[in-house]
Amino acid sequence: MTSMTASRAADLVAALLFVLSLAGLSQHRTSRAGVVYGVVGMALALVATVVVSAQSVSAGPVALILLATVIGAAAGLWRARRVEMTQMPELIAVLHSFVGLAAVLVGWNSYLEVEAHGSHGRIADELIGIHHAEVYIGVFIGAVTFTGSVVAYLKLSARIKSRPLMLPGKNALNLGALGLFVVLTVWFTVSPGLPLMVAVTLLALALGWHLVASIGGGDMPVVVSMLNSYSGWAAAAAGFLLDNNLLIVTGALVGSSGAYLSYIMCQAMNRSFLSVIAGGFGIEAPPGGVDEQGEHHEIQPHEAAELLARARSVVITPGYGMAVAQAQHPVAELTRRLRERGVDVRFGVHPVAGRLPGHMNVLLAEAKVPYDIVLEMDEINDDFADTSVVLVIGANDTVNPSATEDPASPIAGMPVLRVWEAEQVVVFKRSMASGYAGVQNPLFFRENSSMLFGDAKQSVEGILRALGPETGREPASRAPGVTAAR
Amino acid sequence: MTGHQSVHHPPQRVGVVAESLPGETRVAATPPTVRLLLGLGYEVVVEPGAGAASGFGDEAYAEAGASLGEAWAADVVLKVNAPADEEIAKLRAGTTLVALVAPAQRPELLEALAAREVTVLALDAVPRISRAQSMDVLSSMANIAGYRAVIEAAHVFGRFFTGQVTAAGKVPPAKVLVAGAGVAGLAAIGAASSLGAIVRATDPRPEVADQVKSLGGEYLPVAAAQQDSTDGYAKATTADYDRAAAELYRAQAAEVDVVITTALVPGRPAPRLLTAEDVAAMRPGSVVVDMAAAQGGNVEGTVPGRSVVTGNGVTLIGYTDLASRLPAQASQLFGTNLVNLLRLLTPGKDGRIVIDFDDVVQRAVTVVRAGTVTWPPPPVSVSAAPPATAPAAATAAPVGAKPSRLTPAGRFGLIGLGMLAAFLLVAFAPAQLAENFTVFALAVVIGYYVIGKVHHSLHTPLMSVTNAISGIVVIGALVQIGHESALVTVLSFVAILLTSVNIFGGFAVTRRMLSMFSRGEPR
Repeated sequence: MTSMTASRAADLVAALLFVLSLAGLSQHRTSRAGVVYGVVGMALALVATVVVSAQSVSAGPVALILLATVIGAAAGLWRARRVEMTQMPELIAVLHSFVGLAAVLVGWNSYLEVEAHGSHGRIADELIGIHHAEVYIGVFIGAVTFTGSVVAYLKLSARIKSRPLMLPGKNALNLGALGLFVVLTVWFTVSPGLPLMVAVTLLALALGWHLVASIGGGDMPVVVSMLNSYSGWAAAAAGFLLDNNLLIVTGALVGSSGAYLSYIMCQAMNRSFLSVIAGGFGIEAPPGGVDEQGEHHEIQPHEAAELLARARSVVITPGYGMAVAQAQHPVAELTRRLRERGVDVRFGVHPVAGRLPGHMNVLLAEAKVPYDIVLEMDEINDDFADTSVVLVIGANDTVNPSATEDPASPIAGMPVLRVWEAEQVVVFKRSMASGYAGVQNPLFFRENSSMLFGDAKQSVEGILRALGPETGREPASRAPGVTAAR
Repeated sequence: MTGHQSVHHPPQRVGVVAESLPGETRVAATPPTVRLLLGLGYEVVVEPGAGAASGFGDEAYAEAGASLGEAWAADVVLKVNAPADEEIAKLRAGTTLVALVAPAQRPELLEALAAREVTVLALDAVPRISRAQSMDVLSSMANIAGYRAVIEAAHVFGRFFTGQVTAAGKVPPAKVLVAGAGVAGLAAIGAASSLGAIVRATDPRPEVADQVKSLGGEYLPVAAAQQDSTDGYAKATTADYDRAAAELYRAQAAEVDVVITTALVPGRPAPRLLTAEDVAAMRPGSVVVDMAAAQGGNVEGTVPGRSVVTGNGVTLIGYTDLASRLPAQASQLFGTNLVNLLRLLTPGKDGRIVIDFDDVVQRAVTVVRAGTVTWPPPPVSVSAAPPATAPAAATAAPVGAKPSRLTPAGRFGLIGLGMLAAFLLVAFAPAQLAENFTVFALAVVIGYYVIGKVHHSLHTPLMSVTNAISGIVVIGALVQIGHESALVTVLSFVAILLTSVNIFGGFAVTRRMLSMFSRGEPR
């Protein structure tokens, strides 16, 4: 066993550990073990690589490696500890941008090592053309990921407007950029040169920027998971470039799992997967065509508290508004109090609620809501008809009945939580403004809907006060058969 | 059922027939449910006298909009019990019969019905999934029967159920044991506790403890290995469990005043819960209601359909018609369940039945289809599984079903093209690229399958862990640092720094998130 074969073996073991890690992360029971697999795999891969490369370079670079790792680790651990759970989407977007940028740098380095110096000895002659193309593709994917993630970060942290950018002929722009990239790749393969490298970098940076800038804040769950996928492809491209199987395997794992996750999101929004990858989808929504106005009925926190006190079953459907108002803690407290009174409380989470896939689940978990009462849309949709009260907290488009009832609606066909089938719906909202999609929501004008205006956090706290101080257990005596045997 | 063009046909007639079974007091439709049937576009014809035993006169049906006449000739015949032989003879070919037919127990009945070229929807074959709850006749009848069992027991029991302190002395509350916390058991628990009794309940499924508690009962666990139910019904128990349960029942029988047993396992004789010795140990004046009497009884000594008193003065009630003893209520709930079923079968609200075999509920209830026996249906799991994409051959035209985007041929074509592209790429590529590409393609497939069943609440942690893992790109920078120029080293240094943030931050934040996920009661 030489150090070279040992390194290859370590690569294989690391790749297997990554597979175990992803598999573990798909179930609660195994999720913590999944993280451990991932950490071990990563440690193994890094140590093996450093040991092998330390044989060919002097002590200086090794010291640099350690220095960079220590600084990066300190920064990463510090952010991970400090980040608010409501800011997870921003953090993940930033981390994606790092992967993208690193891939660009690796591509440039490879160019500087090989192409800029001629290919003497380092790369076999028949492979040199392929190497050119690999450099080019790697830089392109990395740069798209980088600026795309930066824009997503800026939008999610509200540093720029989350409204979609509407350049004229944006699809032509995207397609044109892709076409240009193909032409440049061929050109570069034939005669590599610095200007072409700069050109592809700039082109990809611009394309990444435009792709995500054309998508509005409400579609960010798909965008973030799409960028996750892109960052994997970027790593895989770097693997082709360096002939490193571990990079290829890991990049492909991340890339295809991220793409599949985006696909799940797309299905939840009834959008075509291709149009998401192409960017700038769902923006053709015209301002609510039908002016379906009506009387809405307003409700005060103490009245809502009375409704809840009488309810046998309550479903809470949270949305981005809950995250914005940081209302997850009072909501969890309300859940606990109602459950103590014998009310059956559950949560219905739409797959694209929030700004990140699973965003609501993380917030509710942070507030210590038991995860087995947090249900997915498909699990709870049939139960709304038997529900006494639904609390819609900061959600709008995901509970819009026109998605199922009005074929002309811009969100027609998008699966939604059928909250209006419940006996009573209380909508927590700041004003009567329309949701992200710009579509009026007929739910607000239904007879069984009431609007509770104001900041979601303060409203929930108002309900908690109106419910009175914590009482002891009161024996629940309810009609038989209502929750029977299911 | 295929090919009905609603625009060219008049609405179908729904017939409500009188029950012939001795002692049966229910009827399959009441005046209020007749109105709902008319709302679905059907014409309704009621056999004269059909509702008499439930207290619904012919004029009440007529007022609701039904006509009176020969209901057996209708297109859809609604009935409570399975038809007798002479009634089967009255069915016209092409008729749809909706009734309780016990398809598992009576295969010969299915054959007889199939011979008449009819379609039979078995109300007792409604699957136990949330969506079908509104059509579940067994649940609504069990609810009534459970309530009535308590009323029957209270009627015979010579004392109050509730405890009282009166000028004439102190009365202790009655103690009631309910065996089996299904729908009937829960209804009995609720009724007995609202009469003021102390209620205890047993059930092999520990997950029903909360439901028992919510109705005011106390759950008595059996100390033995437990089981999970996948179809919502109780399963046969293990020998270990039976021994522990027998001890529990013996101890309880000596202590309680009223026992109500509801234990049934589908397709098997009722399990024996109380032996003759247990009954002999009960105090005189105690009452036992055996709701499983028709299936052989949970209690030794019960006589189906009768009330008997044992030598030591314990009354054993074995009535098999508990639901029919509340005829108006039972008919109303039964009729509403039927309307809900017909609503599902009448997507156009045009008075025409369309049976969609791709729908699990419709598939399950259809036990005979145009003269062919279609029982048993493929298994259904309680957790709302996506309906199996059954082969499209010979099923009714699914109304409003999502069409598959690709035909099988198209799909094979696409897969073939993809395979050909992969083949050509590897065949013509240099050895090194071919090897890389092989690894790449296999890893893509693994990535897709490995997260195929990801739990929805883990999307964010999954994403942050894949993010940390994609920091693997650091390896590229690691092998480049220190080679060639200073510029390469600087760029590599930056890349290593950035990806370290990614790797350490990504894993740390994932751990932090996962530690927050908790299950069960908070605190």
